Amino acid sequence: MMNSKPSWQVGLALVLCAIAMATMPMLANEAVAPMSSGTTTLVIALIALPAVASFAMFSGLASAAVLFIGAHGAAWLLIANISGNEGMARMPFFLLLAAAWLLAWRCVALLSAIRPLSKQVRTFLRLLIPAIFGAWILIIWEAVTRGAGVPFILLPPPSAIAARIGNSLPILAADVRQTIFKAVLFGYFVGCASGFVVAILADRVPFLRRGLLPIGNMVSALPIIGVAPIMVIWFGFEWQSKAAVVIIMTFFPMLVNTVAGLTASGHMERDLMRTYASNYWQTLFKLRLPAAAPFIFNALKINSTLALIGAIVAEFFGTPIVGMGFRISTEIGRMNVDMVWAEIAVAALAGSVFYGVVALIERATTFWHPSVRGGRA
Amino acid sequence: MLMTVNQATATSVERNAVVEARQLGLTFQTNDGPVRALSDVNLTINKGEFVSFIGPSGCGKTTFLRVIADLEQPTEGTISINGMTPEQARQARAYGYVFQAAALFPWRTIENNVGLPLEIIGLSKAEQQARIKRTMDLVNLTGFEKKYPWQLSGGMQQRASIARALAFDADLLLMDEPFGALDEIVRDHLNEQLLRLWRQTNKTICFVTHSIPEAVYLSTRIVVMSPRPGRVTDVIESTLPAERPLDIRESPEFLAIAARVRDGLRAGHSYED
Ligand SMILES: Nc1ncnc2c1ncn2[C@@H]1O[C@H](COP(=O)(O)OP(=O)(O)OP(=O)(O)O)[C@@H](O)[C@H]1O
Ligand SMILES: [Mg+2]
Repeated sequence: MMNSKPSWQVGLALVLCAIAMATMPMLANEAVAPMSSGTTTLVIALIALPAVASFAMFSGLASAAVLFIGAHGAAWLLIANISGNEGMARMPFFLLLAAAWLLAWRCVALLSAIRPLSKQVRTFLRLLIPAIFGAWILIIWEAVTRGAGVPFILLPPPSAIAARIGNSLPILAADVRQTIFKAVLFGYFVGCASGFVVAILADRVPFLRRGLLPIGNMVSALPIIGVAPIMVIWFGFEWQSKAAVVIIMTFFPMLVNTVAGLTASGHMERDLMRTYASNYWQTLFKLRLPAAAPFIFNALKINSTLALIGAIVAEFFGTPIVGMGFRISTEIGRMNVDMVWAEIAVAALAGSVFYGVVALIERATTFWHPSVRGGRA
Repeated sequence: MLMTVNQATATSVERNAVVEARQLGLTFQTNDGPVRALSDVNLTINKGEFVSFIGPSGCGKTTFLRVIADLEQPTEGTISINGMTPEQARQARAYGYVFQAAALFPWRTIENNVGLPLEIIGLSKAEQQARIKRTMDLVNLTGFEKKYPWQLSGGMQQRASIARALAFDADLLLMDEPFGALDEIVRDHLNEQLLRLWRQTNKTICFVTHSIPEAVYLSTRIVVMSPRPGRVTDVIESTLPAERPLDIRESPEFLAIAARVRDGLRAGHSYED
């Protein structure tokens, strides 16, 4: 019942529709393939009818479904009709795009208000809502760059980037293999592992703690742009020098977080282990490391992004003719911005997958932590 | 120091003393100046005794147990446990400790929490399982083995921590307000269980409580303490028989001892004014 309440998004969308109708046509007069009045009417109908219908409907799910169809149908028609007319869009075009976007917003709001009963539906909604969100970033990007004729070099439309990705799969695959599967993964594992081991050493040997932490601090402050060329001189042009940069970048966050995590266990718990006359390693493995796990995972997550950035930037300073950073730096020189964006998209995807995997492992291992199980301490 | 410990050994063998404190004092150095938590404590606890410590908040009951457990170092006087220093006694795993809070590890199931000390002392898996089962039964937690501590109520958590100390099975049991968080009925039940366990096993138990009836019901001796500085003001021997049904708490004898404890506590309080 609550859902039948008029929403400001839908109201505003109707107002935008009305203004658009008053300021027609959608495309400039010199457009090569002007939009037929049938298409224009269809777009307006796709926005206005679901908008009005959503006022009348009682079920949140039903009005969300109608809004979903209307918003995406209208967006699809708008984008489809811009081809051949790039840069010719007039104000009504953008008003209708905004109206469609408002309907999608309302649709997402309705969907997130639904309290589904079954677990599958809940998972599906959890995925659907961010998917609609992401789709609209792409829709607006596509419609605005093409409708307003944004110069290709400034910002290519997503469709052009997707086409470039599709055409350059072998190159992209080789770059990913070079940068991610060699430099990033190797550097990440070695950097995190050594940070962890040194943290344990520093915990065991007090003089190391006092000596190492300040030096670690200094190393972490080293500018990557300064370190990368030196690593190339030391370890050569191949991926090893990039892995070295990644090791330097990931080592310190792991060290600091683990050292902090090792002090996270409570006094009473440590006293308890003391009453059992538990030795250093028993206390470490049975109490202090489990208690430190949230800190360690924090470092693993920070490092997953740092490693990717480090490896890509390091490739700007001398590489063999393969690698994501190498590709970005050479293609930008040739004004092939779509290739640069393709690499960025691949890097974003790889980074999200990397982060997601670490976060999933974290949820599985620190299930007991209040922040994960969402309960009281 | 070494001399006194050796002398203590000689005497404790004769008198069968488990805990022997002489002129014991402890001063905490805090940022607001020294805090005298214990002063001039002279106390001998013999094997098989059940000694309760009672007194107002802040009188040093926890501190005294922690000194016995080698979690706190005395600044004056001497203390010996089974004729050893507290440090040696701790290394010899001479005692089990139940803290004021449950202190269960949230990443371990209840049964693995109870089994934690057994893992540390390196018992066989079979022996661990047997002891876990026995002590979980004793505190009525059967059926909750696979649960995590945060899935249990506060009282159940405290029972799990008692099971953990019992599974450890040391001859000296130090319990710091173990039943403070429990409801009356569960408390009565656990009091009975604890008494039975104590009679059967001939353990020595040091038990901190705020409840006069609980102290009188359980103990062979009641140590009344008073604060600022924490010290022993009265030691009351119980004349109750070893066999104690719950309704002994209505007997005149019981009430007489309770009245003495209450007087002792009052005296300690009025001392402040
Ligand atoms: N680690 C510490 N540092 C400084 N002062 C302390 C410390 N531990 C205890 N004290 C002080 O010593 C005194 C005795 O504390 P203790 O915890 O032994 O009291 P208690 O009798 O157990 O009280 P309660 O019944 O409230 O548990 C208190 O005044 C307390 O403030
Ligand atoms: Mg206390």
